[in-house]
Amino acid sequence: MSRTDVVVTGLGATTPLGGDVASTWDAMLAGRSGVGPLTQEWAGQLSVRIAAQLAVEPSEKIDRVKLRRLDRSEAIALIAAHEAWADAGLADTGLDPERLGVSIGSGIGGATTLLAQDDILEASGPRRVSPHTVPMLMPNGPAAWVGLELGAQAGVHSVASACATGAEAIALGLDMIRAGRADVVVAGGTEAVIHPLPIAGFASMRAMSTRNDDPERASRPWDKGRDGFVLGEGAGVVVLERADHAAARGARVYARLAGAGLTSDGYDIVQPHPEGRGAIRAIAKAIADAGIAKGDIVHVNAHATSTPVGDVAEIYALHAALGDHPVITATKSMTGHLLGAAGALESIASILAIRDSVVPPTINLDDPDDKLDMDVAAHKARPLDIPAVLNNSFGFGGHNVALVFTRA
Amino acid sequence: MTRDEITSGLAEILEEVAGVNPDDVAEEKSFTDDLDVDSLSMVEVVVAAEEKFGVKIPDNEVQNLKSVGDAVTYIESNL
Repeated sequence: MSRTDVVVTGLGATTPLGGDVASTWDAMLAGRSGVGPLTQEWAGQLSVRIAAQLAVEPSEKIDRVKLRRLDRSEAIALIAAHEAWADAGLADTGLDPERLGVSIGSGIGGATTLLAQDDILEASGPRRVSPHTVPMLMPNGPAAWVGLELGAQAGVHSVASACATGAEAIALGLDMIRAGRADVVVAGGTEAVIHPLPIAGFASMRAMSTRNDDPERASRPWDKGRDGFVLGEGAGVVVLERADHAAARGARVYARLAGAGLTSDGYDIVQPHPEGRGAIRAIAKAIADAGIAKGDIVHVNAHATSTPVGDVAEIYALHAALGDHPVITATKSMTGHLLGAAGALESIASILAIRDSVVPPTINLDDPDDKLDMDVAAHKARPLDIPAVLNNSFGFGGHNVALVFTRA
Repeated sequence: MTRDEITSGLAEILEEVAGVNPDDVAEEKSFTDDLDVDSLSMVEVVVAAEEKFGVKIPDNEVQNLKSVGDAVTYIESNL
């Protein structure tokens, strides 16, 4: 039996670089940084006072009353999902709602709602806690809202695997279509936790950059001067569709989601395996699942978050799994680290790299790490014919997800 | 405080919480059927009304407040 082909027919995003896919992609190709200073009053007490905040506030797209009952992560998931849905042209095509699924995750969920309501509880008592609190903070909230607004009835799912969430959600969408449970899945990730508590927590782990005086240069994967990741917020959503379903309606196809590889390290709650074993296996599985040879991967959108240990560990893994031929890039140098949305946004960058035959740049790579012995699209976008691209995502907890997109 | 003043106070709350047009708020209007206020928003309306008018509206009273007029009467007699 031949396996079901799955293609990407819609893209949506709201990110630190732009309020939609087109503006985000333009900014990426131009090598712009979305990182800036945190000017909120609470930022003064923190060791980290920079972040990659949304370029366009959700209030510009969603009315005030509706926003009152949405966590920010839910609001931006809705914005990205509606863009992807419209982009796919699926409205009014007669798609059976029972064949439409949703798979959208978040790394942390509605933490800002939880903390804001806790402030109200402490200051004014339990009766003042909003009746919208639970649906706003529940981690399945973004997926549920998207499912509700699109009328999806094939199943609404929300995986959580920290910084691998967005990629894992897309992999689950692939599984849903291959298993025959849906013809179309709206899949991706969302994150919005720019708040003193999550920042303090990550900062206490010494995981974040403290280059407060130079925000646009703070996220610098593989550079010798890197000192941690920069927290970003945003959402990325793709529309996955059974290939024959897309063909039958004459849909525009961006790329094929050819394969996925998912592994777990079983090693440490936050440290990746020092030899990258879990990452290597995930990459190998994704390539095997795609039915291609490792030499076919000419470009990798790396996980590379700008941490001293992780960036180099990924290089080892790429060497072991692929050799040294691909052109790699770290778009987090521009977007910051969107945690649960990262894998989805970077999938979109990978897909558009195929479409436009161009590798988006890695900015701030001024003084490459001695252990970096692969070809990076440093500083400037690089024209490249890309039949197949690999997108890596790794998360706290030892989650490794590799996705392979190929030209349709 | 007159009934009209209470009604217009409720209209402000309904606009803030549920996006109801203040011009649509009148005593004979039902919160759910006419003004489209769902159960969670109704909880917000009640809490905001308690704060605004300085009254207590116990949960077992809320179910009797079907119309704006019901709420006005309750608030007026408990001020």
